[in-house]
Amino acid sequence: MNIFVLVKRTFDTEEKIVVTGGAIQEDGAEFIINPYDEYAIEEAIQVRDAQGGEVTVVTLGGEDAEKQLRTALAMGADKAVLINTEDDLDELDQFSAAYILAEYLKDKEADLILGGNVAIDGGSGQVGPRVAELLGINYVTTITKLEIDGKTVKIVRDVEGDSEVLEAELPLLVTAQQGLNEPRYPSLPGIMKAKKKPLEELELDDLDIDEDDVKAKTTTVEIYLPAQKVAGRVLEGDLSDQVKELVSLLHSEAKVV
Amino acid sequence: MLLADEKVAFLEELRQSVRAVCKAFSDTYWREIDEHQAYPTEFVKALTDAGFLAALIPEEYGGSGLGITEASVILEEINRSGGNSGACHAQMYTMGTILRHGSDNQKRMYLPKIADGSLRLQAFGVTEPNTGTDTTNLKTTAVRQGDHYIVNGQKVFISRTEHSDLMILLVRTTPVEQVTKKSEGLSVLLVDLREAVGNGLEIRPIKTMMNHSTTELFIENLKVPVENLIGEEGKGFRYILDGMNAERILIASECIGDGRWFIERATNYANDRVIFNRPISQNQGIQFPIARAFINIEAADLMRVKAAQLFDEGKSCGAEANMSKLLAADASWEAANVTLQTHGGYGFATEYDIERKFKETRLYQVAPISTNLILSFVGEHVLKMPKSY
Ligand SMILES: Cc1cc2nc3c(=O)[nH]c(=O)nc-3n(C[C@H](O)[C@H](O)[C@H](O)COP(=O)(O)OP(=O)(O)OC[C@H]3O[C@@H](n4cnc5c(N)ncnc54)[C@H](O)[C@@H]3O)c2cc1C
Repeated sequence: MNIFVLVKRTFDTEEKIVVTGGAIQEDGAEFIINPYDEYAIEEAIQVRDAQGGEVTVVTLGGEDAEKQLRTALAMGADKAVLINTEDDLDELDQFSAAYILAEYLKDKEADLILGGNVAIDGGSGQVGPRVAELLGINYVTTITKLEIDGKTVKIVRDVEGDSEVLEAELPLLVTAQQGLNEPRYPSLPGIMKAKKKPLEELELDDLDIDEDDVKAKTTTVEIYLPAQKVAGRVLEGDLSDQVKELVSLLHSEAKVV
Repeated sequence: MLLADEKVAFLEELRQSVRAVCKAFSDTYWREIDEHQAYPTEFVKALTDAGFLAALIPEEYGGSGLGITEASVILEEINRSGGNSGACHAQMYTMGTILRHGSDNQKRMYLPKIADGSLRLQAFGVTEPNTGTDTTNLKTTAVRQGDHYIVNGQKVFISRTEHSDLMILLVRTTPVEQVTKKSEGLSVLLVDLREAVGNGLEIRPIKTMMNHSTTELFIENLKVPVENLIGEEGKGFRYILDGMNAERILIASECIGDGRWFIERATNYANDRVIFNRPISQNQGIQFPIARAFINIEAADLMRVKAAQLFDEGKSCGAEANMSKLLAADASWEAANVTLQTHGGYGFATEYDIERKFKETRLYQVAPISTNLILSFVGEHVLKMPKSY
């Protein structure tokens, strides 16, 4: 089975994020594999181990993303591909990412493509489905279970907390939801083996892509952190006085009545 | 003295991976283990399964064939996460005696199983009740009878014997009166604890200030097959000394990990705790001791890196290994004390974990080697002053 996993390097939202001048400060931020993509990698490895074949992890971005690819190789992926857009493009949006990935994938005869359901940075959840559309293959998002039997794939997907059971045919693209599996962490032998696994670096030229064709179609207007929560206010005194004060505050301060 | 870029990147990757394993073992986990003086079986299993304890075993025997630099980073990160490497560090380096001095047969028989964790060699029996630091004076004897040695004696503070399948045991095979130097006539035996317990070996746990699974051994007519002798008879003391530099560097690394954990806790707490309408960290009396402890940790780290590099290059590193152990143990102890002070009364409450780590890091002033013995090593061997004992 020829399996591809779409992987994104994102900042770790569990660490402190600093925004200055409308951009996230890269120094000091911690970078990780997008957590939903980790489920995708884990699932790909499990499918390969059960069915045979090869897992290739693919990412778009700069040189720095090599680190996340190495981690995926250490987890057990067989090959990695970095499509380096650093020199060609200042900005990528969902359109550009999907276009480039689809151009890369179109002649690879992938049986199964996995991605995360969303990236925790942009949170659009668009890239996976767009890639499938461009490749003209089926796709299922937010999956929590995957069973492959020949060409038939049985899937459970999460629909806002409920489960939907589906059947689809390979080739297929799926995006992973939390609960799909428990991603492994790289073992020391895994890390050692990863050093010897192939990591290919491509540029837009190598894919015959003209930078004008992949210019972002959206622009980011502003980036800001959510407003800091301020402490609540506890009213005191007689219940009837509290009610009176509350109504007056809703009127004068909150201006909602 | 900077490490090559690639090595730096690899060490960083190693750190991240160890952190990923440790993340599953929270403060609560370690606190409960400590409260019940239990052995962290699940943690050790996770670390073993991920291959980290086999870092130093050559690839041909199923390990990763890494150096002391990498091994030291692994142990540092365990302690940095709030855990305690003491539970399993010996599984990493005790096998060094077999690797360096064992026969081909012994290496093939034991190392692959130690690498995959199916065989635990993490007990190391040297210290005795009546001779302590004066190792070459130890009283446990092994007398050859046909295919066996008959061992008699007593050991104290031998850690993890209840969680180990094999034990390296230092014994006297030639009486002191018959050797020219006290350091001769000692031998290293590999004892199979699974067979020995109840057949000449009795293990009694010793309760200690911190959780360390340490025990006392009573040995009476214990039979050890001659093929379990490591290296040559009578050369055992040198074999034990050979492993010391590695151990010093690794223990230094654990101290550095502890130190970093303490500094982080102290800094966060001092910034959060508001007394007299300001964070206590705004007081120089709180801020400066934390800064000083941090500086000392960083300095100890440099000596650790230097010692590890020399070790990995196969160069002599006795002085640096010993100095890094002293600097790091002092620095982690300073950091522990400062952190306790910074936490005021809360530092003594178990749920803050400070008192637990405080007790754990204090050990390194005494074991596996006490600070005085390092000072005497440097006085005698580096500064060429007279031997003080
Ligand atoms: C928790 C724990 C775990 C341990 N695990 C192991 C283990 O797994 N295997 C093992 O073999 N041992 C182990 N030990 C033993 C440890 O290595 C010894 O405790 C240590 O070497 C000191 O020996 P001692 O306790 O007999 O002290 P002593 O030798 O009695 O020394 C007492 C004090 O006097 C000082 N002193 C002694 N002689 C001199 C001198 N000439 N100059 C200056 N100062 C001197 C020492 O530095 C020490 O501070 C462990 C100890 C502890 C506490």
